Amino acid sequence: MLESVRDLAPIIAVIGFFQLVILRQPIPDLGGLLIGTVLVVLGLTLFIHGLKVGLFPIGESMAHDFARKGSLFWLLAFAFALGFGTTVAEPALIAVADEAAKVAATGGMIENTDPARESYADGLRLTVALSVGAAIVIGVLRIIKGWPLQFLIVGGYIGVVIMTFFAPPEIIGIAYDSGGVTTSTITVPLVTALGVGLASSIQGRNPLTDGFGLIAFASLTPMIFVMGYGIML
Amino acid sequence: MSYLSHFFESLLSTLHDVLPIAIILFFFQLAILRKRILNLRQILIGFVFVLLGLAFFLEGLEQALFPLGKLMAEQLTASDFLGITEDSLGNWSNYLWVYVFAFAIGFSTTIAEPSLIAVAIKANQVSGGAIGTWGLRIAVAIGVAVGISLGAYRIVTGTPLHYYIIVGYVLVVIQTLYCPKSIIALAYDSGGVTTSTVTVPLVAALGLGLASNIPGRNPLLDGFGLIAFASLFPIMSVMGYAQLSEWRAQRDKRSRSENVRS
Repeated sequence: MLESVRDLAPIIAVIGFFQLVILRQPIPDLGGLLIGTVLVVLGLTLFIHGLKVGLFPIGESMAHDFARKGSLFWLLAFAFALGFGTTVAEPALIAVADEAAKVAATGGMIENTDPARESYADGLRLTVALSVGAAIVIGVLRIIKGWPLQFLIVGGYIGVVIMTFFAPPEIIGIAYDSGGVTTSTITVPLVTALGVGLASSIQGRNPLTDGFGLIAFASLTPMIFVMGYGIML
Repeated sequence: MSYLSHFFESLLSTLHDVLPIAIILFFFQLAILRKRILNLRQILIGFVFVLLGLAFFLEGLEQALFPLGKLMAEQLTASDFLGITEDSLGNWSNYLWVYVFAFAIGFSTTIAEPSLIAVAIKANQVSGGAIGTWGLRIAVAIGVAVGISLGAYRIVTGTPLHYYIIVGYVLVVIQTLYCPKSIIALAYDSGGVTTSTVTVPLVAALGLGLASNIPGRNPLLDGFGLIAFASLFPIMSVMGYAQLSEWRAQRDKRSRSENVRS
């Protein structure tokens, strides 16, 4: 509980300082603000506790079990399902996809009608979800094979840079942002536990250097896939 | 009453987030691995905690911090507050408070970001305590803060996004060559985890406010991109943090061995 208070203190200090000292305005609805802050602190405390007793252990135990079972196909299927399934319904992504459809419609890339926008947004959402699924698959393969992360990521960045020159300008901002919005608060701990669990059950892998990096892929591939989507349309 | 119904909405939307994940986990556990889950009760309790915790967290943010933060972002970017007249329009130095706000809000929201806390806990466990949870989180937060201020500057000046991002990537690649190998994966990961529940709504409001108050900027086109900055700079700051700790450790070792000699 105390930890959560400390985690949230900076945000409250910043908002208080700007509101009172810079904007010189009273805080509207102080009571509501206090109740809200209590809820946030309580929520964060519960979440962190649930993380330690629920999400981390199941992520790691499943990683161990998959490593012991030795079926690469099912492990990769699991990795893909986890990436795709957690992204396709992600609210932040739905919001960004709708916003992107508006941009595309005003930019004249697609017809400015409801069905056209909807199909564009759905296509984008599916593209990003596929890309995250692919990212976790590649990331898991990397842990198993022990490929060095930096070559893959740097190669990916070079891909992003090259594609930027060919992608329609309207999609670039959205593509860059989509890398950031894909990884939700529940996916991150699970995927991290999966990576660390795999790296610690496979001989010769170091959980620190090999276990992390799955999220890095999940933020990289959406940029490439979304720009690809923009180029193809 | 409205509080309660609103809370149920939050709970429902969190459930909507958790459910697909739970289904995937249990399907693979039961149908493919065909193993009983150890401590099933404890894990289910953990899920309930996560579900309730996230619902409370989001509800509190939406009730209290987001409306105020978004209002502030609008007020700070309004031209009467910044004292901008027709002649000084588009002069980037008038927006000083915007950059300060961008820095402060980037830093503070990152410290409160639950997924970053999760990664920091894991990194601390895995490194046997060598990577401090607070050290990592502060390094990431500084990266986000710098990224968002620079992103705000970009919206004010209207320079193309991809120049910044490409230069940033080149810097990341160069830094990768020189930084301790053990931190690379964690640094790359921290780029992705920074931007979720707390940071995105506030930062998006700031970008939208800026882009709609500056003539010649299209909120739809220029409002994007702040999140990209927030995911790029933590990579650099985390690698920088590792380089700094390595350098300090080496310096300490050197001075210690010199002490022994004298």
